[in-house]
Amino acid sequence: MLPRDLKAEQFAGYPPQARELVAAHLAALRQLPLSFLPSLLREVIDYDFKFPAERASIDKELANLSSLSPAQVNDWFHGFSQLSLSSQLEKFDWINQPAQFLEQLSAYLWTTGQMDEFRKAAIVYGDRLRSLEPPDALPVRRLGIAVIGQGVASYDAPLFRNLRRHGAYFGRVKPDNGLSLLLNAVEARAKAHPVPYGHWYIDGGEQAGRSPSLTCVSYQGLAPARAALLRNIQTEVQRPGMGPEQLRTHLAQLLPTDLGMDQAGDQVLGHFQVRLLTEGSGTQIFSTTFAQWTAREALRRAQPLTLLVRFAPRQRQKPMNELLTSGQGETDLDVTGSLVDADMGAYYNWLNQQRLPGAEQSAFLVWFEGHNQALAIGPSLPRGTESTTVADLSELVALATS
Amino acid sequence: MIDAPNTPKALARQLSCSRRDFLRGAAGVALGSSLMSASPLMRGAAAAAKRKIIVITFGGGARDQETFAPEGQENIPNLLHELIPQSSFFTQVVNQGILGHYVATASLATGVYETLNNFSAVPPQHPTVFEYFRKDLHRPLSDAWVVAPSNGFNRIGESDYRSYGPGMGARVVLPKHLLAAAGSGTDHEHLLRDNYETPLYTPQLAGGEFELQQLEMILKLSVDDFKAHARTLSSPDELSMYIARRLMRQESPSLLWITMHDIDIAHAGAYSLYIDAIRRTDRLCAEFWKAVQSEPEYAGNTTLFILPDFGRDGDQDSGGNGFQHHRTGDAASRTTWMMALGAGVRQGVVYDRPMQSIDLVPTLGAMMGFSASVSQGKPIKELV
Repeated sequence: MLPRDLKAEQFAGYPPQARELVAAHLAALRQLPLSFLPSLLREVIDYDFKFPAERASIDKELANLSSLSPAQVNDWFHGFSQLSLSSQLEKFDWINQPAQFLEQLSAYLWTTGQMDEFRKAAIVYGDRLRSLEPPDALPVRRLGIAVIGQGVASYDAPLFRNLRRHGAYFGRVKPDNGLSLLLNAVEARAKAHPVPYGHWYIDGGEQAGRSPSLTCVSYQGLAPARAALLRNIQTEVQRPGMGPEQLRTHLAQLLPTDLGMDQAGDQVLGHFQVRLLTEGSGTQIFSTTFAQWTAREALRRAQPLTLLVRFAPRQRQKPMNELLTSGQGETDLDVTGSLVDADMGAYYNWLNQQRLPGAEQSAFLVWFEGHNQALAIGPSLPRGTESTTVADLSELVALATS
Repeated sequence: MIDAPNTPKALARQLSCSRRDFLRGAAGVALGSSLMSASPLMRGAAAAAKRKIIVITFGGGARDQETFAPEGQENIPNLLHELIPQSSFFTQVVNQGILGHYVATASLATGVYETLNNFSAVPPQHPTVFEYFRKDLHRPLSDAWVVAPSNGFNRIGESDYRSYGPGMGARVVLPKHLLAAAGSGTDHEHLLRDNYETPLYTPQLAGGEFELQQLEMILKLSVDDFKAHARTLSSPDELSMYIARRLMRQESPSLLWITMHDIDIAHAGAYSLYIDAIRRTDRLCAEFWKAVQSEPEYAGNTTLFILPDFGRDGDQDSGGNGFQHHRTGDAASRTTWMMALGAGVRQGVVYDRPMQSIDLVPTLGAMMGFSASVSQGKPIKELV
C-alpha cells in the first residue's frame, strides 16, 4: 500500500474529527512519500485528543500541503523521496498504526544506514514549514518557573550552573511563603489571559494547591494510574513472545480507561497523562524524571504561556525490576540526588521553553525551595550577573517578566 | 544559548578540538601531529607472544559536558590525572553505526558496523576480534575472555560467520547472571540492576557463557566467597571488575574485553545517578589499571584501551532529551574518544584526526599479529 492509493474509507477507524480532517486533505496526502506520511498521520490520528496549539499546527501544515502543486511537493519532499524503503514496510498497516510503523521505519533506517539522511530531510522540512508564516503574537510574555530542592536542608555546591550565564543570580531571596506567592502569580496570569491549556502547574509530588484556571498534573495524583500501568506491564511481559519492541507497541495503544482514569474527565489531558507514563522513560518510577518529562511534553505540545514545575524528592535507586514491580518503598527518598536531578531538569525546562515562539521575550525563574537562592532570566535582566537585591518570589517574578 | 556549528562534521570537529584543548591545558599532554610518526610498539615474535591486550568500554555512553569539557572534569579525576598522562589519547572517534549498546559493542568487537537487532540475544554477523585472534594465532579458548554486565551481551564472544563462529570465540562471563544463579539474596540486589535501555526484557541465555560451577574450577572462587565479596561492592560494574581481576590472576588471558554499563542508568532520566555512575566508572578504570600493574603476567607487557561505545544526545537537539538517551544520532552521540596506554604506547600525546570506532579491531590485529580480514576499519597508524 502506497500513499497514492489512499481512499477516504480506509480511515474509518480514526476518531471523528481526525477522519474529517483526512477527508478534506486526501488529495494532498496521496502525493506524499511513504517515508514521511505516517509521521503526519501519527499526529492526525490523535487530533481529537490534541491540545489547541497542536491542532492549529496540524491545520496549518495540512493547509500548506493542500496548497502545493505537484512540482512543489516534489521539491518539498525531495529528501524523503530519496530514501529507499522495504516492501515489508509498504505492506504494513501504516494508516491505522502509524506509530508502530514509525518504530519499524526507524529500525530499518538505522539498519540500512539511512538515518542521517532521514534526519536531514526532517530538519529541512521542519525549518521550511516554520518559515512559512510568523507565529501569532503572544498575549503575554511566556513564563517558566522551576522550584527545586524540596526537603533539602542545606546544599553547599553551586546551583543553576547551566543557567547562570543567561540570567541574574539572586542570593538574598526571601523564601517565606515562596511557593504560595509563585502559585498566586501563576493563577493571576491565568485569570488575566485565559487560554485553554495555557497555564500549567506540574508537581513531582503532592499538588500544593488547586485552581480551575490551571492545568494541573502531579506525580502523586497519578499514583493509581502508575500502579495500574506497572501491573499491566508485569502481566504483559509474562506473555510468550513478548520483547521490548512488542511491549512498546502495547503501551502505545493504552487508553486512559486502561489505567483506570476517569472516563468523565478531561479527555485531552487524560490522553496526555497516559502518554507521559507510557512513552516517558523513567516517568513511572522517578518523580524527578516525571516532572522534567511532563514539563518537556507540556511545552512541546501545549505551548503554555505559563508553566510552573515543582520538583519533589524521588525514591532511591534500586534494581530496575524492583522499581518496576510496585510503588513500595517510595518513602526511601534521595533528597540530595533529587536536587541535582532537578537542577538539570530546570535547565532543560528553560531550553525547551526557548524552542517556542517568542523565546527572545520569554522569562524564566528557578528557585531553591525554602532557601534564599534563585536565578531569573528575562529580557530586561542582565545576563551572567549576581544581584544583592533582597526580594521575595513575587518580586522576582515581576522582575523577570518586566 | 550556545552558538554552535550546525553540520555534524563541524560539530564532531568542535568536540574533538575542545577535548584536545582541554587536555593540553589540564593534563599537559602534547599534540600528536607534532611528533614523529614511527610507532613505538614492541616488535618481534617474542614480544607479540607475551603481549596482553585489554579493552574496556566506558559504558554506556557519557557526554563531554560530564567528562572532558571543563565543567565535567570534576567527574573524571582519575582519567584526567592518572591515566591520560600515560596515554595516547584520540579525541575524535566517530561511531557511524547503530547507537544501541549491544549492537554498537558488537561493532567495536568485529570492526564492522553490525546491523543486528539490539534487543535480541543473537551473535554478531561478522567475525569478532576473539575469533581472529584465536584462529590466526592458534590460541586456546582460555586466552580470550569477555566480561559483560548485561544478559543481552551473552552472545558477543563469537559470531555466526562462515569459517569462523562457534568454538572459535571468547568465553563470556556475565557476573550479574552468575550472582543471580548463585542464589542472590537481598544483600545483592543492588548488583542485579538490569539492562537500562530495556529494563523489562531479559533474553534467554544461550551460547558459551560461563557456568556457575566453573567459578570454582577456573576462578578458584567458591560460590560462598563470591557472594560474600559481592556484598562489599556497590554496582554491577564493580562486580565485573572483580571478576576481571580474578580472571587475570587465574587465567591470564592475552585478550580481555570488559564492557562497563553503569552509566546507562541515564535512561531513567535521573541526572545525579548518571553523574554518580561516571565517577564510579572513572574510579574503576584507574583501580583496574593499578591492578594490571600488580599482576606479574601483565605488568609491563599490557596495552589497555578505554573507549565508550558511543556518546549520548546533546542538549541542543530538540529531538532528544539531553543526557537521557542516545536516539538522535547527533554529533554528540556519535563522537567519542579513545585512550590507549601501557606497553608500546606513547605517553601524554593527543591525536585529533578523525577515526572510526571500527578501527579498533584492525589495530588490535596489527598489534597482536592477526588479520582482521573482514573488518571494515583501518589500523590506527599512530599505534601500529
